Amino acid sequence: MTGLRRDLTTGAIAIVAMTLALGLLYPLAITGIAQVVFPGAANGSKVSYDGRVVGSKLIGQDFKSRAFFHSRPSATEYSGNVTFFGNGGPNSVEVREEVREALAAYVKLNKPYDKSLTGEDVPVDAVTQSASGVDPHISEANARIQAHRVAAVRKLPLHRVEELISGHTEDRFLGVLGEPGVNVLQLNIALEEEAPLK
Amino acid sequence: MFQGYLQIAIFVAVLVALVKPVGIYLARVFGNQRVFLTPVLGPIERGSYRLLRVRPEAEGQDWKAYARSLIVFSLLFWILLYAILRTQGIQPFNPEGFHSGPWDLSFNTASSFITNTNWQYYGGETTLTYFAQMAGLAVQNFVSAAVGIAVVAALIRGIVARSGKSIGNFWQDVVRITLYVLLPVSVVAALFLVSQGVIQNLSQTAVVHTLAGGEQLLAQGPVASQEAIKELGTNGGGFFNVNSAYPFENPTALTNFVEMLLILVIPASLTYTYGRMAGSQRQGWAIFSAMFVLFIAGVVVVYVAEQHGSPAQHAAGLHTHAFAGSTGGNMEGKEQRFGIANSALWTAVTTVTSCGAVNAAFESLTGIGGAVPFTNLGYSEVVFGGVGTGLYSMLLYVILAVFIGGLMVGRTPEYLGKKIAAREIKLVSLGVLFTPLAVLLSAGLASATDLGKRSLYAGINPSGFSETLYAYLSQANNNGSAFAGYTGFIQPNAPGNVDAYGITFANLLGGAVMVMARFAPIVFVLAVAGALAGKKVSPAGLGTMRTDNPTFVFLLVGIVILVGALTFFPAILLGPVSNGLSSRMFP
Repeated sequence: MTGLRRDLTTGAIAIVAMTLALGLLYPLAITGIAQVVFPGAANGSKVSYDGRVVGSKLIGQDFKSRAFFHSRPSATEYSGNVTFFGNGGPNSVEVREEVREALAAYVKLNKPYDKSLTGEDVPVDAVTQSASGVDPHISEANARIQAHRVAAVRKLPLHRVEELISGHTEDRFLGVLGEPGVNVLQLNIALEEEAPLK
Repeated sequence: MFQGYLQIAIFVAVLVALVKPVGIYLARVFGNQRVFLTPVLGPIERGSYRLLRVRPEAEGQDWKAYARSLIVFSLLFWILLYAILRTQGIQPFNPEGFHSGPWDLSFNTASSFITNTNWQYYGGETTLTYFAQMAGLAVQNFVSAAVGIAVVAALIRGIVARSGKSIGNFWQDVVRITLYVLLPVSVVAALFLVSQGVIQNLSQTAVVHTLAGGEQLLAQGPVASQEAIKELGTNGGGFFNVNSAYPFENPTALTNFVEMLLILVIPASLTYTYGRMAGSQRQGWAIFSAMFVLFIAGVVVVYVAEQHGSPAQHAAGLHTHAFAGSTGGNMEGKEQRFGIANSALWTAVTTVTSCGAVNAAFESLTGIGGAVPFTNLGYSEVVFGGVGTGLYSMLLYVILAVFIGGLMVGRTPEYLGKKIAAREIKLVSLGVLFTPLAVLLSAGLASATDLGKRSLYAGINPSGFSETLYAYLSQANNNGSAFAGYTGFIQPNAPGNVDAYGITFANLLGGAVMVMARFAPIVFVLAVAGALAGKKVSPAGLGTMRTDNPTFVFLLVGIVILVGALTFFPAILLGPVSNGLSSRMFP
């Protein structure tokens, strides 16, 4: 019985001390250091256009206009504060229909500007929902197809839009890790700076 | 796919290179020896003992005392965590003004974090205050990890000890593991993650006006400090609902690489620690090899399956092959920056360990790809496994393999010179079989009655059964990953627990399963440690079965597959395999 009483005393002290040290001191110290050393990153890597914050370079946004590059499909309507998975199963009839519709819509949107485009050319990322719902990237193939449309609508030469794509493609880390991706928000900001819509 | 295999190979090479140095470091921590951090942290360690009123040098505990301290400590922390989750309305660091969720959900969440499971019925960013995330959940990420590692340290001491009944001092183990291992690595990792873009602040949700003229709300919070220990402690509970798929938790391929490494480094290195403490590195490498073979097999299967694409995508006319500028494959529920290879690798890493953090949606994996997480959990977390839990569970299998091997060749089973007698084998069997039993009973109860129906997402079909089975596999194995459709929490007016309610059956059954399947095996493991401590060691003779050669590794792998996977074979047939075969449903 004495052993149990000692464990209760020691345990009670331990849970309070550990909660203070690991639950408050540790995260608050990290917060303090992060806010001083990496303020931009610690607060969400926000990006600006025309002097105002328009989002985070890490968080994808919804673009519907033909003059912008479009992000990957999202299950969450690109929510940055309520996240969940789309949960589209491998054998689900709904997923088959969604992909079929997304594929048709993608071809219909881009074919007028890129006559040779067929469903076979559409890369998978363009018609499948991302995991986070806010994937900031699209594949290079996806961007190259959309480049025809964006260039025509903005009356920019195609090669100029392709240069902008290259400028906003994040390559594999050290050329090895991950997959290359084109940052949609930053690319669209660059487009607005180059050839504003208004 | 060459590029993908190259990335996987680099990850594996870095991991293997870390096993020896980290393993040596951990052995010094367990052995109460000096490490390079002692000059800095030594005073804090000694201060902790004074505060806790323990004198570790003088107070070695036998297995019963050790188990009692462990259970009292965990129980007290369960009560504190439950209290924190129930009092959200009055807490500081609550810029969104969240109130507490339903009581049954809190029961599930408290049980989930106390047991290193981090099963999440709740949505992090929409239901919890920063205070609850930091002082409640993140504390458990440290504590439950330290408890798991302490148990394996105690088991190793028991296996090795030639005299006396002491298997160490629980309080000393928790203090040293937290102070010398978990905390310093977390500090460095958290700061690194912030530098790459993981957020770390206490601000309220940011409102931005987007480039296209819309509005986007960006949830904020102290994410990096939690992310680091969530991976290192193989906890897995994300700050955000979509876990490490969310860019604020895992923004780049580099952070993805580092986070995967954090998950595996302790479980893999502990095999080296074991070899060192047992006085034979070959024993440690033998166990590492068995784990490694099963791990790599899983990685390759899930990678090939995901690169193939899904039946639904093919039926829709989508071409899923890779070509210039596109990775191809099943990108449903995956992120572009990770691609197929890193999503597949992460899926295997997080399910062989008891981590359960995800960077892709499991429910969207192909049928065969999705069978890998099932199989990995079916092994009962012995393939690297959770921090500590993986090795102690594997050591039970090692003793089982010694026993079965001994029966085959007709020798008295011995392990490291100690006779394995009836008492040890009884305890080992209980430890090995308890978790599968808990899984099958609870998943059976949820599937065979109407009680589990409300939790389903996919409906009453093979996918729905898969969700159910996986939910209880994951909770019983203290993993925490999910085929995310299955739920115990409904939040109609998100965010902030407004009109939210819990599914009591799923919450209570899940919570009970997590607690029982964590602490019952721990008690059996400590009892084995106690039974082996102080046993006489007889010198190895010609007739001794070796436990450090390829033959034994082969036997061990066979027994893990036999016991673990075959237990679940009928259930896996009904779920993921039916799912994989039903691709013919599309004309």
